[in-house]
Amino acid sequence: MILSVRDLRVSFRTNDGLVRAIDGVSFDLEESEILGVVGESGSGKTVSLLAVMGLITDPNADIEGSIRYKGRELVGLPARELRRLRGNEIAMIFQDPMTALTPVYTVGWQIAEQIRAHRNISKSKAMDRVEELLAEVNFPNPHEAMSRYPHQLSGGMRQRAVIAMALSCNPALLVADEPTTALDVTVQAGILDLVRKLRATHKSAVVFITHDMGVVSELADRVMVMYAGRVVERGSRAELFSDPRHPYTRALLGSIPPLTGEKPRRLPAIPGSPPSLLRLPQGCAFGPRCPVHYEPCATGKPDLGGGTHAAACFRVAQA
Amino acid sequence: MIYAILRRFGQMLFVMFGISVIVFLIFFATPGADPAARIAGRNASPEVLEAVRHSFGFDRPLYVQYVKMMEKIFVTGDLTSFVNRGWKVVPAVLDSIPVTLSLVFGAAILWVVVSIVIGIVAAATRDSWLDKLLMALGLLGISMPVYWLGEVMNLITQSRYHDSWAFSWVPPLGYKNFSDDPKGWFLTLVIPWITLAILYIGIYGRVLRAAIIETLQEDYIRTARAKGLSETRILLRHALRTSLIAFVTLFGLDFGALVGGSALLTEVVFGLHGIGKLTYDALQNLDLPMIMATVMYASMFVVIANAVIDFVYILLDPRLRTS
Repeated sequence: MILSVRDLRVSFRTNDGLVRAIDGVSFDLEESEILGVVGESGSGKTVSLLAVMGLITDPNADIEGSIRYKGRELVGLPARELRRLRGNEIAMIFQDPMTALTPVYTVGWQIAEQIRAHRNISKSKAMDRVEELLAEVNFPNPHEAMSRYPHQLSGGMRQRAVIAMALSCNPALLVADEPTTALDVTVQAGILDLVRKLRATHKSAVVFITHDMGVVSELADRVMVMYAGRVVERGSRAELFSDPRHPYTRALLGSIPPLTGEKPRRLPAIPGSPPSLLRLPQGCAFGPRCPVHYEPCATGKPDLGGGTHAAACFRVAQA
Repeated sequence: MIYAILRRFGQMLFVMFGISVIVFLIFFATPGADPAARIAGRNASPEVLEAVRHSFGFDRPLYVQYVKMMEKIFVTGDLTSFVNRGWKVVPAVLDSIPVTLSLVFGAAILWVVVSIVIGIVAAATRDSWLDKLLMALGLLGISMPVYWLGEVMNLITQSRYHDSWAFSWVPPLGYKNFSDDPKGWFLTLVIPWITLAILYIGIYGRVLRAAIIETLQEDYIRTARAKGLSETRILLRHALRTSLIAFVTLFGLDFGALVGGSALLTEVVFGLHGIGKLTYDALQNLDLPMIMATVMYASMFVVIANAVIDFVYILLDPRLRTS
């Protein structure tokens, strides 16, 4: 077990009240497993993973619960210890490659900086390693790319450079926060291939955050669907796509246009919009938008329950 | 790169030419005023007036007058202000330059170093009591007028506490040449440097703090944290460099203006006969040739300072190198 998150809660104190961004999230991650995390904007996907990275720097944030990495508790770990893990054993790829690299240093320098932050090796050795890494992420001319500044590379190239950077210390856990969202489709496919290949060669476990069901169906071993700061359904890819249980998951899958057969005139959409985290509805957060809600949904919050395939829904529990 | 430098240099010359033409036209071709009478001074005899008119070419077309004026400033260097009974303008300016440069350079080093330290410390300890204290001191520094501060400094170091151990080293007001007496040069300038720098330390410290705090919100700072770098390294290597751009812009403007004569108040308070004092005296007497020369000199420094700043931008930010 690489990562074990139990009952994680992240809340932010704001002038308008307490924002419960994450409200009791639990999940496990095995070695070299890819976990897809799906949900709308504001569902808490990114915040939960930033908490894992220890990157929530807001002084008004409260983090409760337990995050164990290889059995070691990360919540409350001193900053210095956490820094030793970050970039070294746990690496992260960000959403927007355009702004993820410091504009005033070359790509090679920035990758070498990370290697030298965690390994006691010479600058030239680090640079040799950078060249290997850039070759590994399919840069046609890695030696030349090293001396490029971020603005001289295309979006896809920058994302490759960011991935090379994330891999530079052979992390056991890779957190990817919508790494393909800002890229166009052909480039996306290349990045997904790369993640798959790297999982095979580096044996890293990957948490892949996305709002794109298509990406999840291609890449993930297991899937976790989030809504309003809670996990509403989890299961293997096959279970989730062939037998979606939670009405929210079903609605998400229903909004993907079919590749074969007759195309609907209008794609079905989920009515309404995600609730404000400041004023969550009583009972199930999805209740007001749910096509099958009934009395219990208005008062109690459904639990996810145990098992590999589980959904937090009273209807599912009833059936 | 070399082409860019040459092009920038060409632009510089062009701007300076434009400035010289405008300054010339303002002072010597304004309708209704006879520049010969101004230069000759009050109650000048018709012979003197005629000599001035001939020497400056005021009896000939405008472009000839301009060329003659530029020749007197830059080629022969024998531009003479009649008001001052034949004082040569160019040597007077050249004598004042080292005084002003000594004052402004020293103060600039002081304010750049101190304000960078203050900006970094305040940004790193944002919202702490230290940050608040530094920013309050900065505001205090900005609020104190330099002529008042200078007089207070003089009161303390020259009279009230001059005999105490703390200030007995302070020499009397005035300027000593660096080549004659390096130690005296340094000691006479210490108090003026501090006085001039305090205002700018306040401004620059606050500007840099704001710029760093803004940069710390950038995505690439989060990347740097995710890499496992220390907060110190993130601040100094990743946040500071991009934050310095606003700082450098301000510096170019302020430094050029100060060298060009804006240090007048400091110069007057400390009895330093620099460019500011020279310009001020020339304006009092309406000494046109002297004004012409000092304005040309000042514009030259502003233009040069701006060109240097453009190069510093290119060093700081590789994104500006390609275009």
